Amino acid sequence: MQVLYARHHVRVYRFVLRLVRNEATAEDLISEVFLDVWRQAGKFEGRSAASTWMLSIARFKALSALRRRPEEELDDETAGQIEDHADDPETTLAKKDKGSALRQCLTRLSAGHREIIDLVYYHEKSVEEVAEIVGIPEATVKTRMFYARKKLSELLKEQGIDRGWP
Amino acid sequence: MSAMKQEAPERREIEELLPWHAAGTLSRRDAQRVEEALARDPELARRYALVREEFGETIHLNETLGAPSARAVEKLFVAIDAEPGRRPAASFNLGSRIGEFFSSLSPRTLAWSASAAAIAILLQAGLLADIMLKEKTGGYETASAPTTDPGVGTFTLIRFAPQATSDDITKFLEANKLSIAAGPVAGGLYKVRVAVTGIPKDELARIVKKLQEDKVVSFIATTE
Repeated sequence: MQVLYARHHVRVYRFVLRLVRNEATAEDLISEVFLDVWRQAGKFEGRSAASTWMLSIARFKALSALRRRPEEELDDETAGQIEDHADDPETTLAKKDKGSALRQCLTRLSAGHREIIDLVYYHEKSVEEVAEIVGIPEATVKTRMFYARKKLSELLKEQGIDRGWP
Repeated sequence: MSAMKQEAPERREIEELLPWHAAGTLSRRDAQRVEEALARDPELARRYALVREEFGETIHLNETLGAPSARAVEKLFVAIDAEPGRRPAASFNLGSRIGEFFSSLSPRTLAWSASAAAIAILLQAGLLADIMLKEKTGGYETASAPTTDPGVGTFTLIRFAPQATSDDITKFLEANKLSIAAGPVAGGLYKVRVAVTGIPKDELARIVKKLQEDKVVSFIATTE
């Protein structure tokens, strides 16, 4: 258990934190995630990577927590559509370089788009693994990622950075 | 114009794969398709540069998020300690024994272990499952065998050296009057019974030190 926790807790925490955007909630949730991992260890069949299994549990916990917070309700249907306007666009304008502007825009994506971008780029999950974690068909995974990237470009354009795509 | 229309679906299909190509998670076949398309399509190559940019900044963003405080792991251990213990299954089942192992460990007393070669662990797991099965069916009997209850006795956690063979491990267990109570779990650790009763800490430390010197052992720690 300690080995699993040591190897995966930081990445699982960051995945959850990006979804719930509250450090205390994210810490509570990873305790719950690893408690579930501990409880279900004997049932884990090893058909997928342990990290994929843990991220699936983490996602379920994060979405359940968000559902308990009425101000940030999220479900699978709306996950890809909700935009987050928590950050003032003026803040981004003040950023000095394209990299920091891009990171700022990454935080402004909807939860569904943040999730898929993180899973692909940061957690290095394949199309099949993302489909398993998010519970959607592989074709939808590709399409959702495409639209998440498209939205990212649009947000950058709003900040005066035209990438020439889409 | 019609050529462009024909080309568009293929470009879109390849373009959708670019994020996974940047992350290196495509199959070899798909990666080759993408590489070929990038080589012949400058516009696609330009878009790939944008993907690489997003890839780098997403990692940067996530890496700045920090790590959870000790509160998270403390809360986890409190929750695990509060879990009711599970009794061992009546029938021999490696999966249930692994589950039992997780249930019976007291996490605070476990030593952290470094990762071992996964293939070696898997191979060894197969060999040791065989040893455990022989124990269970009376293939041989260790001096510490009177009880089969995995919760009774004094235990250590052992990871065997990757090069250790089934014979090496069997001889090691017999020579030291040990029996495998459960395992393996992540990290290739086995719970090994060193005595059927509780023994003083000094005595356990002496046994652990002695076992640690055996070439079959790559890692050992006490546990409850």
